[in-house]
Amino acid sequence: MFEAIAFYLFAFLTIAMFYITVMSKHALYAMTALAAGMIFISAFFFMLGADFLGAVQIIVYSGAVMALYAFGMMFFDSTRELKEKTTPSLLVFGLGGMAALMTVIIVAAPIVSNNMTAAYPIVEGVGNTQAVGMVLFTKYLIPFEVAAVMLLVAMISGIVLAGKKMDVSLTLVEDDDLPQTDKENKKAES
Amino acid sequence: MDVAFIIETIIKIVVLLLVFSALAGFGTYFERKVLAFMQRRLGPMHVGPYGLLQIAADGVKLFTKEDIIPQNVVAPIFKIAPVITAATAFMAAAAIPFLPEFTLFGYTVRPIISDVNIGVLYVVGVMAIGLYGPLLGGMASANKWSLISAARAASVFISYEVVTGLALLSPIMLVGSLSLIDMNNYQSDGWMVWSQPVAFVLFVIAAFAETGRTPFHLIANDHEIIDGFGTEYSGMRWGLFFIGEYANMFFISFLTALIFLGGFGDGSFLGALALLGKVAFLFFFFLWTRAAWPDVRPDQLMWLCWKVLMPIAIINIVVTGFVVMFKG
Repeated sequence: MFEAIAFYLFAFLTIAMFYITVMSKHALYAMTALAAGMIFISAFFFMLGADFLGAVQIIVYSGAVMALYAFGMMFFDSTRELKEKTTPSLLVFGLGGMAALMTVIIVAAPIVSNNMTAAYPIVEGVGNTQAVGMVLFTKYLIPFEVAAVMLLVAMISGIVLAGKKMDVSLTLVEDDDLPQTDKENKKAES
Repeated sequence: MDVAFIIETIIKIVVLLLVFSALAGFGTYFERKVLAFMQRRLGPMHVGPYGLLQIAADGVKLFTKEDIIPQNVVAPIFKIAPVITAATAFMAAAAIPFLPEFTLFGYTVRPIISDVNIGVLYVVGVMAIGLYGPLLGGMASANKWSLISAARAASVFISYEVVTGLALLSPIMLVGSLSLIDMNNYQSDGWMVWSQPVAFVLFVIAAFAETGRTPFHLIANDHEIIDGFGTEYSGMRWGLFFIGEYANMFFISFLTALIFLGGFGDGSFLGALALLGKVAFLFFFFLWTRAAWPDVRPDQLMWLCWKVLMPIAIINIVVTGFVVMFKG
């Protein structure tokens, strides 16, 4: 009974949050709803007994959306009044209907065909984290390593792009030794 | 799922909420007293014996003060931000074993609300969401100090979280489990702090950043950005931020004691007392640091986390990995 209550509660909350994310014009509402939706999704992992994935979902997405907030803070005035468009458009109606239809097909297909077998059944007697590790380091080893290489490439390119003046760290320079560019500029002008 | 289990869980949740909300109040009293003694003052003295009733006076003031929603704020976000800080602090506590198992009137009580087998990850992750409170409160207030505070919250968050995770990884590698009870039992023949001293120091530094205590008290730095995200708040909404902050301090003290300082040992009565003693000392350590150290700048915190602590943590993990591979 509790599982059913929790499932419907979090299903409703998740859909509502992502609806706000997509439809709201207010950057602060959209980002907050995105963060909340990502965190509510972890509830489904916990309900399915996949504790590790649930905790990882919380940790990864709370950090990732926090970075989005940093950009939002730079680009938008988050307290400005905005008029929300309340009339539902045809596009939303169509996409929502198609998504609902697809969900029904996804749920109904296994019931109709009724011959589902797990290609990699859960190993009995090991914890959740170990089970994830076993699959990750046997069946999915190559995608896992490729993802690691991609992250490394992204990190190195990020450092190369952003680090053009990184040979001097402003944190380590004493205040008096800072280059007085403003004063020098004024002297040059006068 | 029988009725007894449901009733037991509800009682545990209520007890936890009441105890730690009250402790947050006492925490403010202890903080003022300890700081006062270290600065050769008396601290609160006038309300009640040794100023003990000051907590009640502050509580009455917070509860009865008018709840002001200022102009130009984004009202829904502004209202929900303090709730996020307080709620996530208590949600994180669900996976912390506060005491060893004990028997009360022939009924075995396990003082942990839910022993999920990834306890450490859950507690650290949910605690980290608590920083959304200052971030959202700061961004929703139409105030420049609050906005600066929100920007600092974002930068603090993305710096310390890496250090927390990497510092915890090497104890986890030794124990081979993410459950806090397993971690406690692993230390029956020696505290983790002796085998992982580097990880302990890193974790404590990250804990100061996470709770926003003094060397890294940047988010609500009273003497340069007023009260940061709290500038526009009044009454109980501000009080919720406060309860969240102090509850977080207690919970992270429990986490440190359980992972590194032996926890409750073998689970005897003395072990339980020892756990409470360790938590009390760690809480005192937070206050001690506040009295002894100045604040750092935000860029210094980011420099420390990314360029000093993170490489040390990675080296620590690599060394631990080699030791586990060749010795165990």
